[in-house]
Amino acid sequence: MAVTSALPRDLDTVVGAPMSYWRTVAWRLGRDPATLVAGTLLVLIALSALLAPWLAPYDPNAGSIRLRLAHVGASAHVLGTDEQGRDMLSRLLWGGRMTLVAGLTPVLVAFVVGTVLGVLAGYVGGLTNTLVMRTMDIFYAFPAVLLAIAISGALGPGLPNTLISLSIVFVPRVVRVAESATVQVKGLEYIAAARASGAGVQAIMRHHLLANVLGPILVFSSTQVSLCIILAAGLSFLGLGVTPPAAEWGLMLNTLRQSIYVNALVPALPGLAIFVTSMAFNLLSDGLRDAMEIRA
Amino acid sequence: MWAYVGRRLLLAIPTLLGASIIVFAMVHLAPGDPIAAVMPAESSQAEIEATKRAYGFDKPLPVQYLVWLGRVAQGDLGKSIATRRAVILDVRDALANSLVLALSSSLLSFVLGIALGLLAAFRQGRLLDKAASAIAVIGVSVPHYWAGIILIIVFSVQLNWLPAMGAADDPGLLPYLRHIALPTVALALIPLGIITRVVRSAALDVLSQEFVLALRAKGLVSRRVFAHVVKNAAPQILTVLGLQFGFQLGGSVLVEAVFSWPGTGYLLNLAIFQRDIPVLQGVILVLATFFVLLNLAVDLLQTLVDPRIARH
Amino acid sequence: MSAVPLLEVRGLRKHFPLRGGVLQRTYAWVRAVDDVSFDVHPAETLGIVGESGCGKSTVARLILRLIEADRGTVRFAGEDVRGASLDRMKRLRRDMQLVFQDPYASLNPRLTIEDAVAFSLLVHGTSRAEARERARALLGRVGLDPRLYGRRYPHELSGGQRQRVNIARALVLDPRLLVLDEPVSALDKSVQAQVLNLLADLKAERALTYVFISHDLNVIEYVSDRVLVMYLGEIVETGTADALAQSPKHPYTQALFASAPSLDPDHRLERPPLSGDPPNPIDPPSGCRFRTRCAFAMPQCAAAPPALRSVGAAHDVACYLYETEPAASAI
Repeated sequence: MAVTSALPRDLDTVVGAPMSYWRTVAWRLGRDPATLVAGTLLVLIALSALLAPWLAPYDPNAGSIRLRLAHVGASAHVLGTDEQGRDMLSRLLWGGRMTLVAGLTPVLVAFVVGTVLGVLAGYVGGLTNTLVMRTMDIFYAFPAVLLAIAISGALGPGLPNTLISLSIVFVPRVVRVAESATVQVKGLEYIAAARASGAGVQAIMRHHLLANVLGPILVFSSTQVSLCIILAAGLSFLGLGVTPPAAEWGLMLNTLRQSIYVNALVPALPGLAIFVTSMAFNLLSDGLRDAMEIRA
Repeated sequence: MWAYVGRRLLLAIPTLLGASIIVFAMVHLAPGDPIAAVMPAESSQAEIEATKRAYGFDKPLPVQYLVWLGRVAQGDLGKSIATRRAVILDVRDALANSLVLALSSSLLSFVLGIALGLLAAFRQGRLLDKAASAIAVIGVSVPHYWAGIILIIVFSVQLNWLPAMGAADDPGLLPYLRHIALPTVALALIPLGIITRVVRSAALDVLSQEFVLALRAKGLVSRRVFAHVVKNAAPQILTVLGLQFGFQLGGSVLVEAVFSWPGTGYLLNLAIFQRDIPVLQGVILVLATFFVLLNLAVDLLQTLVDPRIARH
Repeated sequence: MSAVPLLEVRGLRKHFPLRGGVLQRTYAWVRAVDDVSFDVHPAETLGIVGESGCGKSTVARLILRLIEADRGTVRFAGEDVRGASLDRMKRLRRDMQLVFQDPYASLNPRLTIEDAVAFSLLVHGTSRAEARERARALLGRVGLDPRLYGRRYPHELSGGQRQRVNIARALVLDPRLLVLDEPVSALDKSVQAQVLNLLADLKAERALTYVFISHDLNVIEYVSDRVLVMYLGEIVETGTADALAQSPKHPYTQALFASAPSLDPDHRLERPPLSGDPPNPIDPPSGCRFRTRCAFAMPQCAAAPPALRSVGAAHDVACYLYETEPAASAI
């Protein structure tokens, strides 16, 4: 009972391909106003951080005590100066680089490492699963802040150490989500069908498992970025992250803290930057999660 | 169900042990000679020898760990390099202060968070929902240490209503409350946001179930539906409350640093600054233990609320 | 029926452990499949019928080695399946395929149906282009014009259409044996008929052999040459579809056929012939497992399980009511 149709024989496809899953996600993302605003904001922040060497009006490390704590809107310094007389705008622009790197890299590392570990543990099961998950539980036993401080405290300050300690904080979380998603998908019949076709573990992973599992993992990872930014800046705030005289928003917040009695607005600026960036990532990840919630 | 309780207790032990290994390893991760990590620079040779023997530094690593673990189990967390006082004493006092702050902040964030979350869920899509959700997103995105600084700027520097620093100098309830007010708010912001979102999402899940729609269609009193929603969303809410309490206890470092609140966070901060490893170890170990036990308590409480969890 | 069976199953057994308690020790076993033996002859359709939980789906997965059996042998065209190496197994999989029950869960939501069908070929080394061609051809053969449906995603198809995709996917490797696990149970009656007719056509065209599993007696009667009746992990009766329909021997088979609702108003059912719930496969009754629901239970039924005995031409029953007959010669 093959379909003999009145359709023209020489066409390959009559109906245009429906949008693939990821195209649908992108389309949905584009229609949500909050996501668009957040996305634009993030692009602006990223660009300004990237182009800091060209955008910054002054050398971020050059300052003279004479000019210290100029107010916002001062003639030569649009956003004022810090306690050492360095231009705030320049330091904010350069600081963005540090904060973005320190905020995004650990999550990226956690996404990759966490997915590998979690999918492996979920698919293989048995002893491997127990070993991996119980080890992750140990790290999960610490509140994120505490673990970051513990590891950073032991390793010492500096950007590389901060990246290491924050990666260690976030990997267990991603592993949990990855393992849970893998276990769920593994039990579905199309995986059994693939095995019945003779597919080996590699083929199943590549074509069937990963595509269906990456979605939830990606959404979860995106929700962690804002926390990572806050933690990274927080570590610098405590003196455990980036060291002076580098410009980093958390560090700037720390050094400017004493100046709030003299000049209230300037010390608030670095924190405002962290807040806006963090908020943009949150809105974006919310939008991503909504966009990916496509029918079962 | 008791099998589940037993299993959870059993699982907590390796977790605690693992955490203790991490804490123990810190001494050896820190650059330099481990002895320098636990003794002040100007110690006499005799003191150094005595410490070496007490810590077992000349023995292999696993033995050192066991020796250390044994002492910890007896309550001996070593001596602070800076003050030379027993670490356990400082930690005990600091923990009490942090607990007070965590409790007050939890009270604020739990009550507000649950209220906002339920409000948003029951008025989904309407203005109240959007407002509550906006508050939640803001709460979650705010760096709490920055919020603390802003609060100080507004309420202490500009308005001079509330003090900016530390525990009260004058005795009495009111000064204490005045001192704890700002740190409480600063610490409560992120948990407020998280709790609001989780409560909203959990309540919406229950509300969208078909039989709830049926109940509402039958005209069942709103209060009944409300009670039903609360009961069914309770496990998820409980989990997040437990986690957030842990965050507020263990994560208070940053807020305590801003307000010089004499809690574990403040102690931790000081220890980091002074490279006082025994204090660092002691605080982290105590906090981690607390957190593990807290998670255990929350899990066990869960089985009371939702017996299905225990049946697995 | 030719002499050499395409599939030989002997003494197949699978028990699933149940774990619990503090240390997750095994405290009981679900005796899903117990000492199951049967043959499948080339070009026939063997129906396997039974209630939910009788083990039929487990048997399907055991045959294809998607689950490892505890005991027993499975031979496909004389070749040992259970002991096959990974390479041999991969080749064996070309010959034996499975059509799953749930049309919704059995297709990867992220693959177009064209790709889903082509995947099996890709696994066995066919080039992308050729795999795509053959997949599209097969989709056309099962009634889905590839130009209309090829690039669609499973969620855009109806249940019946998805099941056609499943069939196409199973056939794309040119298997000799097709195991169908409740292939039409999730479909509407009208769609069921279409899919069953498609299956019949395909079988004739491609000289296939079917093992058709279902709980629906009407469907089994319609499609099968021979039927196996399973109860609680064991085979209780086998025979041709006609023989079983006209003279079912085992009390359970009799009850099954009697309880099939009839559209004939003159043949209304007054009382359900089978009472009670099926007992637990974790702790089945001793001896004959059906004895607790059997109207003819005798004392010896509790002592030991009855063996399969021949009661006619290629008609075997496991029941003490027929103990006087000679032992089953060929299963």
